[in-house]
Amino acid sequence: MPNYSWPPMEKRRLMGKRLERLDGLAKSTGRAKYASDFNAPGMLFGEFLTCPHAHARVTSIDISEAEKLPGVTAVRIIAKPGTEIQWAGAELASVAATSEDIARDAVRKIKVGYEVLPHLVKEDDISKAGTRAKAAGETVTGDLEKAFQEADVTHEGNYGIPVITHCCLEPHGQVIEWKGKEINYRPSTQNVTGVGGDLAKSLQLPATDVHVKMDYIGGGFGSKFAADLWGVESAHLSKASGGKPVKMLLDRRTELTIAGVRPSAFAKIKVSAKKDGTLTGWQSDSWATGGFGGGGSPPLPYVFINIPNQKKNHSAISTNTGGVRAWRAPNHQQATYLTCCALEDLAAKLKMDPVELFAKNADFTARPEVYRSQLKKASELMDWGKKWHQRGDSGTGPIKRGLGLAIATWGGGGHNSQCRAVIHPDGAIDIELCSQDLGTGTRTIITQVAAETLGLPMSAINLKIGDNSLPPSGPSGGSTTVGGVSSSTRKATINALEKLYEAVAASLGAKQEELEAVDGRIQVKGQPDKALTWKAACQKLGVKVISEMGQNDQKNPGGLNAQGVGGINMADVEVDTETGIVKMKKFVAVNDCGLVVNPKLAESQIHGGVIMGICSALTEERILDAVTGRVLNADMEFYKLSGIGDIGEIVAYMDISPEHDKRGIVGLGEPSAIAIPAAIANAVANAIGVRVPRIPLTPDRVLAALEGRNA
Amino acid sequence: MGTKGRCLVSSRKDPDVPKTGQSGLSRRGFMQGIGVGSGALGAGILENEAQAAPPPGGFSGPAAVPITLRINGKSTNLTVEPRVTLVDALRNHLDMTGAKKVCDRATCGACTVIMSGKVVYACSVLAIDAQGKDIQTIEGIGSGNKPHPVSVAFVHNDAQQCGYCTPGFVMAAKGFLDRNPNPTFEQVEKGLGGNLCRCGTYVGVRQAVLEAAKEMKGGKNA
Repeated sequence: MPNYSWPPMEKRRLMGKRLERLDGLAKSTGRAKYASDFNAPGMLFGEFLTCPHAHARVTSIDISEAEKLPGVTAVRIIAKPGTEIQWAGAELASVAATSEDIARDAVRKIKVGYEVLPHLVKEDDISKAGTRAKAAGETVTGDLEKAFQEADVTHEGNYGIPVITHCCLEPHGQVIEWKGKEINYRPSTQNVTGVGGDLAKSLQLPATDVHVKMDYIGGGFGSKFAADLWGVESAHLSKASGGKPVKMLLDRRTELTIAGVRPSAFAKIKVSAKKDGTLTGWQSDSWATGGFGGGGSPPLPYVFINIPNQKKNHSAISTNTGGVRAWRAPNHQQATYLTCCALEDLAAKLKMDPVELFAKNADFTARPEVYRSQLKKASELMDWGKKWHQRGDSGTGPIKRGLGLAIATWGGGGHNSQCRAVIHPDGAIDIELCSQDLGTGTRTIITQVAAETLGLPMSAINLKIGDNSLPPSGPSGGSTTVGGVSSSTRKATINALEKLYEAVAASLGAKQEELEAVDGRIQVKGQPDKALTWKAACQKLGVKVISEMGQNDQKNPGGLNAQGVGGINMADVEVDTETGIVKMKKFVAVNDCGLVVNPKLAESQIHGGVIMGICSALTEERILDAVTGRVLNADMEFYKLSGIGDIGEIVAYMDISPEHDKRGIVGLGEPSAIAIPAAIANAVANAIGVRVPRIPLTPDRVLAALEGRNA
Repeated sequence: MGTKGRCLVSSRKDPDVPKTGQSGLSRRGFMQGIGVGSGALGAGILENEAQAAPPPGGFSGPAAVPITLRINGKSTNLTVEPRVTLVDALRNHLDMTGAKKVCDRATCGACTVIMSGKVVYACSVLAIDAQGKDIQTIEGIGSGNKPHPVSVAFVHNDAQQCGYCTPGFVMAAKGFLDRNPNPTFEQVEKGLGGNLCRCGTYVGVRQAVLEAAKEMKGGKNA
């Protein structure tokens, strides 16, 4: 079997280099076509009628007026009389029409009768959840009572992190054409390989009848894996409209109401330590909601998993709200927020620098040495030693400055992926795999790996992704794409090269295993004078085309990719204690992720993770009205994302070293987006001297905490 | 809000950037101009649109009406209902899909175009109301051989991830730099405050706009 291992660090020409993303200009000139940009002659527009009530039974539904409207081609009832609706925004009927406006007019003409039923939409007070709260059962290790009794210091606190949405800028949706037997499906998806089969299943068709194409996706963050009801309804609307293509994209209100959320997490936490900061006990009573199905189960205590004595209870609360979807590092933001806030509060009680407390307890983590070195690096980049002060010890003026930190971990690894490398007799190269580039740089990375392996410039590679007729590659979730696609590409290109060596060995007077591909040549190892140009070598193929597969097996990555990374985040904030406004001054993110294929793109991902975390820490929250059960801020004016002026300085440090490099490639999407809200919340506590127990850290909550009120 | 309803949207984005200013809430004003469906149809349109033949009775629609838009220097005839926004006209009627429809309520800037020199949200301008204006879209700046320096700077500085906000950001940056050729870092933060990104590309965007400013001053493009 050929040796697939990565070339040594010092010998890489393209991998590890700060290269620009290949599709950058297509995006920045507006030429990149997303699913939502696809237009076709005669294309129709689909719209949903959604339920205004959080809990109701449909008693009647009349679509006759909608059907009569000129321009309307199909109206479908989704919720027949008798259907019980469990959240506001649930889909009741769908319409296709010649324009979006006419489709909306038609939706308004559908008459629905409801029996409105009682609902529960808020979960922050578990005592009001009644039977809607389901306990997961108690987990106990060691003797917690004894640990608390013997501790030098204990701290008890309440913390909460709310439900947020994905808020993908390209809404969920697709264009579908169901003509005759075949379906042409252009979704906005993180799962080009699997989403066609998902649609086919719902339509009871063979998966082979669904042809999926997607070149670009405008954000997913974990929310775009399935065909969803909008895929299924678009297909039916298309069929009912004589096979015309139907474009159906959720409007912003619906997008923010039903297209997925990150679960909340609330907890009462008690933690104990010795005088020197060594943790001795952990108790948590936590609860969360991820919608009607419950959901949300943060792994506590986070990272410091081996604190000796623990007692944990968790309840999942079912609420009448839109359902949970994976949200960039599911459960981890919540877990690190709950854990690191409690630990920072404990450190404050001990009058101890939290960096010291984290370092002292690193042995309770799975990677003590990595975390200790990352704490050191982050401290250096933040100038922590010089800037840190005891909690609240930040001068007498109204503007307070403070520092905070938090910790992250993630698995990653490489998903199952198959790649086909095709070498044509004219020297052209196709690299084919049914993956997708979420904006993480997947296209660029695959091309770097292929070109590196073949000894060619990146421009020689013709990459094909985003089409389900190509070899299957996993969905982009859990930071597993880069590991998967880079490994399958490496193997496919090496396998293809072996075939090329076989074809040209005789003419170079050497054995197949004595050849190498370097600088656009196939040559006898180390002998540039015994070489054929790439083109000349390929011409030896005659009319034969080389087509070789490479496969990454998630369970046996063969050293090409690995799992398990860590990160330390530090925040420096300024809080105006008169207005309650928190301002980001500086953020330091230190992450390791094995072999880094493209540090420029990796840093962009870290910047992105940090900025998403700033939104989550300071402004972002799905707000529900207890009375009507509706989302009050299902628009981008009041569902607040940070703007370009809200982020301060961001320092992204990739821990690139031979030691990490030899582990192979590990994904970065989730780990870069975990510990930010926790670090910022801790920095605010350090600045103002009191804990603001819930994020986002809005001015009202900051002022309330300063005044000792609940908010 | 009267006949100026739509103008609020554009004037709010006028890059009259203060030299200083530290307010953490400066990104967006609390007041948003609400162009669509604001009842400003009628007088507002007819005042401005010499080219649009005023229908008898002094109002247009609700049926589709023929209009002429001047986009990237070319006049284009199309037939749209008066309620159709400029972004929908571009995307759905003219297959110019660079401008994206994201918030549809003048908040996020993904649909940004330049209209007679002003940076506007195309989701909050009616197509019928854009007649007689010089509309510049992402498709009209730079060319395949010679992309606009802002587009190039976005690539150099990796100021994009999924890229869905990017065309809007590029247009907003171009409009900003046209009026502020020598911006400071702080002015870039203020001037681009009307656009939102979900992937978190602002670090690259700040650098890209500063780099593009240098390039454009070098006379390489305008």
